[in-house]
Amino acid sequence: MQNNNRKNIAKGSGEWAVEAKGVVKTFGENRAVDGVDLKVPTGSIYGVLGPNGAGKTTVIRMLATLLRPDAGSASIFGHDVVKEPHIVRQLIGVTGQYASVDESLSATENLIIFSRLLGLGKAEAKNKAAALLEEFSLTEAAKRPLKHFSGGMRRRLDLAASLISQPPLIFLDEPTTGLDPRTRNQMWDTIRRLVKSGSTVLLTTQYLQEADELADRVAVIDHGRVVAEGTVNELKASIGNSSLHLGVQHSRQMEEARRIIERVLNVRAAVSTEGGKITAPMADVDRMTDLLIALRESDIQLAELSVQKPSLDEVFLTITGQGAGTSEESNNKSEKAVEV
Amino acid sequence: MDSMQIKPAHERKLRNKTSFRQSVKNSLIMAVRGLIKIRRTPEQLFDVTLQPIIFTLMFTYIFGGAISGDVQSYLPVIIPGILVQTVITTSIVTGVQLREDMDKGVFDRFKSLPIARIAPLAGALLADSIRYTIATVLTFTMGYIMGLRPEGGLGYVLIAALLVIGCAWAISWIFAFFGVIARTASSVQGISMIVLFPLTFLSNAFVPAETMPDWLQWFVKINPISHLVTAVRDLINQGSIGWDFTISLVGAAIIVAIFAPLTVRTYMRKA
Repeated sequence: MQNNNRKNIAKGSGEWAVEAKGVVKTFGENRAVDGVDLKVPTGSIYGVLGPNGAGKTTVIRMLATLLRPDAGSASIFGHDVVKEPHIVRQLIGVTGQYASVDESLSATENLIIFSRLLGLGKAEAKNKAAALLEEFSLTEAAKRPLKHFSGGMRRRLDLAASLISQPPLIFLDEPTTGLDPRTRNQMWDTIRRLVKSGSTVLLTTQYLQEADELADRVAVIDHGRVVAEGTVNELKASIGNSSLHLGVQHSRQMEEARRIIERVLNVRAAVSTEGGKITAPMADVDRMTDLLIALRESDIQLAELSVQKPSLDEVFLTITGQGAGTSEESNNKSEKAVEV
Repeated sequence: MDSMQIKPAHERKLRNKTSFRQSVKNSLIMAVRGLIKIRRTPEQLFDVTLQPIIFTLMFTYIFGGAISGDVQSYLPVIIPGILVQTVITTSIVTGVQLREDMDKGVFDRFKSLPIARIAPLAGALLADSIRYTIATVLTFTMGYIMGLRPEGGLGYVLIAALLVIGCAWAISWIFAFFGVIARTASSVQGISMIVLFPLTFLSNAFVPAETMPDWLQWFVKINPISHLVTAVRDLINQGSIGWDFTISLVGAAIIVAIFAPLTVRTYMRKA
């Protein structure tokens, strides 16, 4: 049902909610965003996935007219973010990584001020604030100062404030970072409901599970570049149906083990630095026997071994090489591998 | 939320500009926000309540005898001087608070809303007019208690009050600019004091310009603060609106014309 709804909306407007081409932002020497292309279909949830410092927030800030791109172009529903910023602002809601609400005001006052700024009358603003507080189960806390709000309540209020004008596009910058699992699930439900009512959502996250759970399409960003893009299933399929996790007893044999895996399974294997583990896609579990024999022949002793269905974690690890901090070369390679 | 459908982008009426009316409306709403904040933290009004009382008492009794012979005849000279000095010093706080405010996440939301770009700044500055009003009322009240009986009458005192508040508002754009370009709130305080201290003291606010050396008189006479002080003296002591009144207003207008767009542009560029 949800999918039907989404399709209708996409057909109705027949345009991209977000279209970015070669967007660049440099801070001094640092190219925080280094030529990002994004296309977000109307009515979908789009996930931008990447580690800390990958440039996710900078991308969002440029799309939301908070930062001016140094090069490239971006448009929201066909409106250029640099040339028509005021129009773009009428179409978006932004919920930042740090709650963008007024600390010294109460929840109600916050929502009323934002509503009034968006052109609602006094009575309208009051009703809107009450309705949104109810919707986000904040009514009880409405009059309390924000100082006493928990992280989850703050995020909910922040999201409520972004929804006042019912914008067709909502940016959520790491909406669940720092939330406990229960609050996180509530936030997910809210995001799903938003899309049901016709919104497009672009969210950034470092949690692969979150992207897996919510996003229709995902762009993986690393070092300011999109290193992979596609539906969650496409990304998963690109690294095989299952994946192999393998740890060796002597870390000096790690490289050798990796080479053997690559030779026997004929795939690319990645070494995760922190876990001291090798991961590799595994299309055919039957090849396992060959691999074990090959490892025994080379006298490599195993510490652990498992075959798992791929999670986005593996996708991420494979695409960005060693999780964090990769060479340019491996980035390019994986990009090719993932384009489906 | 389930029941209501969100209007798709292409069905919306969109405008790429804010009208003048919307700008004024947005600024007023932002001013309301500023007032709520002041109401929540009344302790930030300490300076505007205590400074007029302490300074008026101090300066009048310290300088009164030396400059005008006795306290009574010094009051018409010193009250306008103290008034201008206090209210304009108060306007520094605008810049400092703006800096603190801008470091908070809520300014990101203001920037992402389809509102007039000037509104978050103009609103904050407008709300601060309440501070100038408090300082003005208290200074005049102190003066009255100490024996000042303005010859010009209440009407002219009111005009004088409005003139000072208006000029302080204009000058606060300068400090707002410092607030936008500075990296920390305390550096705003620092730069502002360095600018303001010579301006208020190298004027005729406390001492008649004629008693100063020639080279200093030259500066004191072109100092805009001197013109504002003279304008206030003319108003409350003689009930007359003179050349200094015009100069003060024109000066205030020029400051706003230069610093308001400059501040807004810098504020927009700094993300």
